[in-house]
Amino acid sequence: MSGLLLEVREVHKVYGEGATATHVLKGVSFAIDRGEMVALIGASGSGKSTLLNILGTLSRPTSGEVAMLGEDLTRADDVTLTEFRNRHIGFVFQFHHLLPDFTALENVMFPSAVRAGRERAQARARAATLLAQVGLSERADFRATQLSGGQKQRVAIARALMNEPELILADEPTGNLDRQNAMQVMDLLERINRESGTGFLISTHDEQIAARCSRRIVISDGVIAADRHSDR
Amino acid sequence: MLYGAKMAWRHLGSAPGQTALLVAGVAAAVFIFIFMSALIGGLAELLVMRTLGNQADVTVAAPDPPLPVLVPVQGRHVLAARQASTSPSLGLAAPRAWEATLAAFPGVQVVAPKLLGSGVLIRGEVTRPVTLSGLEPGRESAIIRFDRAMLAGTAALAAGEVLIGEKLARDLGLSVGRAVTFRADNGNSVTLTVSGIFRLGLGQLDEAAAFVPMSTAQAVLERPGRVSVIELKLDDLYAAPAVAARIAASTGLDVTPWTETNAQLFEALRAQGNTGLILKVFAMITVVIGIASALMLTTFRRRGEIGIMRAFGATRRFILYVFVLEGALIGLAGGLAGALLAAAALSPFPPIEEVQTGQLPVDLGQGSIGLAIWLTTLGATLAALLPARAAARLDPVEAIQQ
Ligand SMILES: Nc1ncnc2c1ncn2[C@@H]1O[C@H](COP(=O)(O)OP(=O)(O)OP(=O)(O)O)[C@@H](O)[C@H]1O
Ligand SMILES: [Mg+2]
Repeated sequence: MSGLLLEVREVHKVYGEGATATHVLKGVSFAIDRGEMVALIGASGSGKSTLLNILGTLSRPTSGEVAMLGEDLTRADDVTLTEFRNRHIGFVFQFHHLLPDFTALENVMFPSAVRAGRERAQARARAATLLAQVGLSERADFRATQLSGGQKQRVAIARALMNEPELILADEPTGNLDRQNAMQVMDLLERINRESGTGFLISTHDEQIAARCSRRIVISDGVIAADRHSDR
Repeated sequence: MLYGAKMAWRHLGSAPGQTALLVAGVAAAVFIFIFMSALIGGLAELLVMRTLGNQADVTVAAPDPPLPVLVPVQGRHVLAARQASTSPSLGLAAPRAWEATLAAFPGVQVVAPKLLGSGVLIRGEVTRPVTLSGLEPGRESAIIRFDRAMLAGTAALAAGEVLIGEKLARDLGLSVGRAVTFRADNGNSVTLTVSGIFRLGLGQLDEAAAFVPMSTAQAVLERPGRVSVIELKLDDLYAAPAVAARIAASTGLDVTPWTETNAQLFEALRAQGNTGLILKVFAMITVVIGIASALMLTTFRRRGEIGIMRAFGATRRFILYVFVLEGALIGLAGGLAGALLAAAALSPFPPIEEVQTGQLPVDLGQGSIGLAIWLTTLGATLAALLPARAAARLDPVEAIQQ
């Protein structure tokens, strides 16, 4: 599967107004094809999270356009955007953010259940498969609070995959993990990318993580400073 | 929205201590609500029963043309006012026809004519002033409940018989079957046989009243075919002013509801009802404030989760639904618990008819239990609306960054 997945055109983001206004993104443009695994690199405060949140339709750009799968995401209303990201976008955050009152399996099922209005048997089966893929079959019925940091992050990855999204936005997914766990998570993301062709945009300031992606976009001072394909 | 319900349930279950405390708080408020309703209702019922139990709800009399008061002004007499006549009127003629007319008014339960006069009861050396009432045989207990107050004999009157109170019987040394003479103010006398002795607990009736058949009264008072008043009992006591107004308007008779003759009691009942209402309103306000503040804390604590749920496809409506449902569930649980508690605590109280002095007149039947549960659930739902709306409108990015 190839073709255009995401298109970003002249995106600006300004926080605040007047004297305290912070111009974080100053005209960011790039495109991502289906199945790409892209690293987004930049110093702390360079605007990586800001950009990911805009691409994830969680916040809106001050100006510019974002289109995904041919749909304009800058002008759609909240309900449309909510439905869009439920179907097409998965998230992995630095701090896993599982729902603490739910088990690992229930957390993985969430994106499906919240759309269907109930937890379907099919979804349960798929969630179990995903948990097996991330190596957590025996932890399926553990509450989120009973899992280790690395385990939580793997549950979060399984949750991001639940609705078979075309794009997963991962904001420093290994930032909170030790090296061994970080590499384990990257192995997992790489395998998912290879096997199911899910596109990834992974923000990081870790060179070792970036090196495992097929492309690296460097953001600096609110603009894209470099954009290189590499052979992993 | 089964899934939203599951989520609300999980949230409540995740902090069982907090949830239990909230439910207990709501239950306490509901208990107060029901207790106040039952007490105010019971108290009103008791007061009405004690005071009005032996009175007519509406009294109908012949119109009493007011007397003109004339004042000399510049050599001529001018009408200055009209004053109610103080002399007893001759009463209502053709009472049978009036009775039928009055019985046909909606809300009228019982119709009982009464002829009033005064005189003395004489036995040997002893004389006692009494008010004489002529009652329709068969309807002796229609207004005053002699049937519930008999100490000896029966409340049924045959010609030449008299019913008297316990005090009067003692004063005159009378018992059932003994004879006594009644002499009316007009000088007529009649000899009567005591058919029954009652104790109503009302001084005037127990020591200075005598009740005879209508025909006997009409004869001795020289009012053939007439009655003084026709007394009514209504289906609904509190409809008396309205029914009285309707009867007065269409018959032209002099109609008096109990609320006029017992204006103070009526006012007291109303004040009491208002006091109860205020307490109930405060109980509900407590529920609303308690739930609103608890849910504000909950939604604040769960900001991160809310952001994540929004990121993964939860709509604002879903978030709103989850937290409103939490409020509603707490309200419903608290309402049911409070109602159960109240039912258990109040059911040992005796029925109002059997309340002794010093006992609380609590009528669980007037506890508005259904209303209490319903109002609590509604109040809790409304209380949850504000924090739930705030939660639904959270900016997911800000929420996730917490
Ligand atoms: N809600 C906000 N209001 C105002 N300024 C903000 C807001 N969010 C982010 N910023 C500012 O925007 C800039 C970029 O922040 P962002 O979080 O995107 O950086 P980042 O590249 O993700 O950094 P890090 O690597 O530390 O996560 C920072 O200077 C930050 O202070
Ligand atoms: Mg960041």
